[in-house]
Amino acid sequence: MPSIAKPIATHPTLQRNALGLTIRDYEGSMSTLCAGCGHDSITAAIIRALWELDTQPHMVAKLSGIGCSSKTPTYFLSGAHGFNSAHGRMPAIVTGAGAADRDLLYIGVSGDGDSLSIGLGQMCHAIRRNIRMAYILENNGVYGLTKGQFSASSDIGSKSKRGEPNRMAPIDPVRLALSLGATFIARSFSGDKEQLVPILKAAFTHRGFALVDVVSPCVTFNDHEGSTKSYKHTRKNTLRATQADWVPPQSEILAQISKSGTTSVAMHDGSVVHFSTVPKDYDPTDRRKVAAYLDDQPANAVVTGLLYIDPNAPDMHELGQSSPTPLRDLAYEKLCPGSAELERMQEEFR
Amino acid sequence: MPQYIRLIAQGKYTDAYMVNRESNVFPAILGRTCDRPCEPACRRGRLDGAPVAICRLKRVAADLKGDISHLLPKIPTESNGKRVALIGAGPSSLTVANDLRPLGYEVTIFEKQNKPGGLMRSNIPSFRLPEKVLDDEVGTILDMGVDIRYNSPVSSLQGLLNDKYDAVFVGTGAPRGKELDLPGRKDTDRIHIGIDWLESVAFGHIDKIGERVLIIGVGNTAMDCCRSSRRLGGKDIKVMARRPRGYFKASPWELDDAEEEGIDIVINHAPKRFVVENGVLKGMEFERLEWDAEAKKSRVIDEVFLPADDVILAIGQENAFPWIERDLGIEFDKWGMPTVDKATFQSTRPGVFFGGDAAWGPKNIIWAVAHGHQAAISIHNHCQGVPVTDRPKQGSNLVSQKMGISEWSYHNDYNPSKRQKMQHVELTKRFQQLNIEVELGFDPEQTAREVQRCLNCDIETVFVEKRCIECDACVDICPVQCLTITRDGEESELRTRLSAPATNLEQAIYASNPLPQTGRAMVKDEDVCVHCGLCAERCPTAAWDMQKFDLLIPYAGAPNSGVSCTTSSVLA
Ligand SMILES: Cc1cc2nc3c(=O)[nH]c(=O)nc-3n(C[C@H](O)[C@H](O)[C@H](O)COP(=O)(O)OP(=O)(O)OC[C@H]3O[C@@H](n4cnc5c(N)ncnc54)[C@H](O)[C@@H]3O)c2cc1C
Ligand SMILES: Cc1ncc(C[n+]2csc(CCOP(=O)(O)OP(=O)(O)O)c2C)c(N)n1
Ligand code: SF4
Ligand code: SF4
Ligand code: SF4
Ligand SMILES: [Mg+2]
Repeated sequence: MPSIAKPIATHPTLQRNALGLTIRDYEGSMSTLCAGCGHDSITAAIIRALWELDTQPHMVAKLSGIGCSSKTPTYFLSGAHGFNSAHGRMPAIVTGAGAADRDLLYIGVSGDGDSLSIGLGQMCHAIRRNIRMAYILENNGVYGLTKGQFSASSDIGSKSKRGEPNRMAPIDPVRLALSLGATFIARSFSGDKEQLVPILKAAFTHRGFALVDVVSPCVTFNDHEGSTKSYKHTRKNTLRATQADWVPPQSEILAQISKSGTTSVAMHDGSVVHFSTVPKDYDPTDRRKVAAYLDDQPANAVVTGLLYIDPNAPDMHELGQSSPTPLRDLAYEKLCPGSAELERMQEEFR
Repeated sequence: MPQYIRLIAQGKYTDAYMVNRESNVFPAILGRTCDRPCEPACRRGRLDGAPVAICRLKRVAADLKGDISHLLPKIPTESNGKRVALIGAGPSSLTVANDLRPLGYEVTIFEKQNKPGGLMRSNIPSFRLPEKVLDDEVGTILDMGVDIRYNSPVSSLQGLLNDKYDAVFVGTGAPRGKELDLPGRKDTDRIHIGIDWLESVAFGHIDKIGERVLIIGVGNTAMDCCRSSRRLGGKDIKVMARRPRGYFKASPWELDDAEEEGIDIVINHAPKRFVVENGVLKGMEFERLEWDAEAKKSRVIDEVFLPADDVILAIGQENAFPWIERDLGIEFDKWGMPTVDKATFQSTRPGVFFGGDAAWGPKNIIWAVAHGHQAAISIHNHCQGVPVTDRPKQGSNLVSQKMGISEWSYHNDYNPSKRQKMQHVELTKRFQQLNIEVELGFDPEQTAREVQRCLNCDIETVFVEKRCIECDACVDICPVQCLTITRDGEESELRTRLSAPATNLEQAIYASNPLPQTGRAMVKDEDVCVHCGLCAERCPTAAWDMQKFDLLIPYAGAPNSGVSCTTSSVLA
C-alpha cells in the first residue's frame, strides 16, 4: 500500500476533455496491488480510454469477480457504479444489470482464474447472449491473489516460481471466444498502451460482447525466467497482428496506410475502427480467416491486436426483443402489472 | 534549505537554526530582512504561483530556538599566532570574524560608529529589525572573543598596514548617499540624504519630521524612509517615481507594506527643482512624463508643483575610499572602485581583501555574508602560506531515504495549502513607537502549513536503468506527468512527445541509457516533480529511488563540512 494518496498536484498544462474533465477525474482510489503489477497498467489504460472518449462517469458500471484483477475497478472512475460479485459470477450480474438498464456502459474486469476456471461457463454464456459489455480479462497465467498457483491459461512448460513446469494444456480465451461466436475479440499487453488504449476505446463503443484478453504480468508470482507470461517473454514473443485505431463518429480518417494493407470497419454508433496494419489477406470480419491466421503462427507467439470484429450482430436486447426503454425508466405499474394480469397469463398456459 | 524546513516541521527549531546559521550566520536578522533571492528559484511557485515563504520560516526557527551556546564552534584559548584586521563591523566583516575565530586567529574590528552591525543597525529601521534581534546575533559573534574597537574610523590604510597585521579585510560598505544637484538644493536644511537621515533616526539624533514629506526614488531605501517618516509625524507622504510600476527597484512586498501604511506612490514624475523661499522649503517642481510601452523613452507632458516640509533623497548609494592611499599597490578603476578578484576577494595587494558592499557596490546582507565566508577562506590560505586560488572544492552526498516498503525518512505528501499571509500589527497600534515590529511572524498553524508546502527538492529521484522492467507503474502513478518511457531523441523534439510537454526550457530533462527490454529511454522532466516518492514506491525493482542530495559547502578551515554534520542527527 503506498504511503500516501496520489497528490492532487497536477501538471500546469493538464488538458480537459469535451466534458471539462481532466484525466485525473477518471481515477479511483489508490491501488493496493503489488508494485509493478500489470493490472495497474491496464487500469491506467482504461482511465485514459474513458477520458479520451469523454465518457460520463455516472453512465458507467464497473463489475468484477474475485482476484487481484477483480480488485481493480476500485482503482478507476470513482464516479461510476460498481459491483464486486462472487468468484466467476460477474457475467451473471452484468446480464441482470444490462437487462435493467441498457443505457450504461458495462465494464467487466476479470482474471484468467476468475474467467477460465470457476467462471468459464458464465463467460461462455455472456458471449453466447452477446451481452453489451467490455470484458477485460487480465491474464497473468496464475491465481495471483491466492499466491501464484497455475491457472487455466498457463502454457504447457511454463515454469512456476519454484521451477516446476505446467503440464496441462491451456484454454486460450481468444480461440474460445472465436469458436463461441463472440463479436469482438482482441488481445493486448499491459506494457503496450499504444496498442491497448485504442482497442479499449473500440471495445467500449462496441454494441455487444467485447473480449479484451490482456497479458498482464504478475510481478510477484509469474515474472521469472521460464514463465511465458513475464514482461520479458511477452515482449520477446509478441506478434502484433493488427494495429487498430478508433476514430470518433464524423471525423476524417488520417491514419497512415501501411504496405501490409488497410481496412476500416464501421461501428454501430457511427465511429470507425481503422486498421492501419493487417497481414496480407487478413480480414478482421471473417471468423474463419482469423482462425486460420492464428493456426499459422508459431506456438509461442503472443498474437496481439484487435483480431475479430462483427459490429452488426444482434445483442441480448435485440435477440430478446426487450423494451427499448431501459427497465429502470418504466413506470412501476408497467413493470409489475399486478396479480390479475399474472392470473391471466398463467391461464394462457393451462 | 529543505533540510531546515523539515527540521522546523519536526519542531526542531534549534537544529533548524544551526543548519541555517552555518551558511547565513544571521537567521533571525535575515528571516526579517532578506531580499529573498532564493524565493524566485523555489519550485513551489511553478505549481501554485507562490514560492515557499523560506525567509519567514527562518524567522520562526530563530524566534523559537533554545540555547545554542553549546552548539557553537569551540573557540581555542590559544592564538594561532596570526592577526587579522577587519575594517567596519557590518555583516561581511562579522562573517569573517565568525569563520576565523574558531581557527584561533586574533581578530580586531575597527568600527567608526559606537555600535556594531553596519547598515543593519544604522539604516534598517527597528520596526523591521528589532534592536534586540540584531544585538543577539551580532553578540554571538563578538562573544567569540573578537577585539572590537568602536569610535575608531580608519583614516589611513597605510597606518593600519604599518601595524603588521597578517591580513586586512575591508568591509566598510557603500557609505555615501547619492546627491541630486538641482536648483535650490543647498538653500535649506530640510532636504536630507536618505541613508544619512535613517542613520540619524537610528542613533536618536532625529525624532521628528514635517507633515508633508516627499521621498525621491523608489528603491528599498525609499521604502524605509517613507515608513520611518510615517512614524515621526509625517502625514502626507509621497514617494516620487520617475518610471511606471513594474520598473521600481523596491521589492514588491516592501511596496505593499508602505502602501498599507497609507504612503502614496506617485509614478511618472521627474524632479525638476526645489522651491525654497527665504530659506524655507516650500516644495518641489516635477515634470510629468509619459513613457513608451517598455518604459524606455519618455516625453514631458507638463510640470507640477507639490508642496513639502521635508524632502528625502533616496536615489542610491556610492562607494568612497578617501582613506585608502593610492600608492599601496591597491588598484582602483576610474570610478574609484577597487579591483577585486571575484573568487578570492583579494585586491591587487596580496593580504588585503574586500567584501560586502565595499567590493562591488551596494547589494544586500546575504551577499555580504557570502562574501565574508569566501574572504575568510582566502585569509586562512594567505596566513597558512597556501595560494588563495587553492580553494577547497564543494562536495556532495547522495543517500537513499528509504526506510522500508512505502516508508521514507521525509514527509513525502503534497500539501495543497496556499502561501501563508504574514500577519501585521494593526495600523492603529503600529505608529505609537518607532520600534514596534510590524510583522508578527507566522503562528504555529501557519508555520505547520507553510513548511509542508516545501517540495523537498533536495530529495532527488535517482534512476538505475538496468533494473527497469518497463512495467509503466512509475509513469502511471506520477501525479504531475513527469515520466515517460519513449524512444530517445534530440532534446528539443523529445520535449514535445512526453506525458506532458516539457515547456520550461531552463529545466534540463533527463533521459536514461537504453532500457534492457525495449531499448527505449526513461525520460524525466523535473520541472514540476513534487518529490512524492510514489514512482519509487510503485517500482517493483527499485529502479527509482529517492535520494537526498547534500551540497557540502566548504568553510575556512573546514573543507567539506557544511550541512552534512547536521544531517545525521536528522536521520537518527
Ligand atoms: C536603507 C537600507 C535598507 C536596507 N535594507 C536591507 C534589507 O532589508 N535586507 C538586506 O538584505 N539588505 C538591506 N540593505 C543593504 C544591506 O544593509 C547592506 O548590503 C549590507 O549591510 C552591507 O554589508 P557590509 O558588511 O558590506 O557593510 P555595511 O553594513 O555597510 O557596514 C559597513 C560598516 O563599516 C563602517 N565603516 C565605514 N567606513 C569605515 C572606516 N573608514 N573605518 C571604520 N569603519 C568604517 C560603517 O560604520 C559600518 O558599520 C539595506 C540598505 C539600506 C541603505
Ligand atoms: C468460490 C471461491 N473459490 C475460490 C476462491 C479463491 N480464489 C480467490 S482469487 C482466486 C483466483 C484468482 O485468479 P485470477 O482470476 O487469475 O486473478 P489474479 O489474482 O491472478 O489477477 C481464487 C481461486 C474464492 N475466493 N472463491
Ligand atoms: S500477486 Fe500478482 S497479480 Fe496480484 S497484485 Fe501482486 S503482482 Fe499483481
Ligand atoms: S517523485 Fe516521482 S511520482 Fe512523485 S512527482 Fe516526482 S517523478 Fe512524479
Ligand atoms: S516502475 Fe520501475 S520497473 Fe516499472 S517502468 Fe518504472 S522504473 Fe521501470
Ligand atoms: Mg490471474
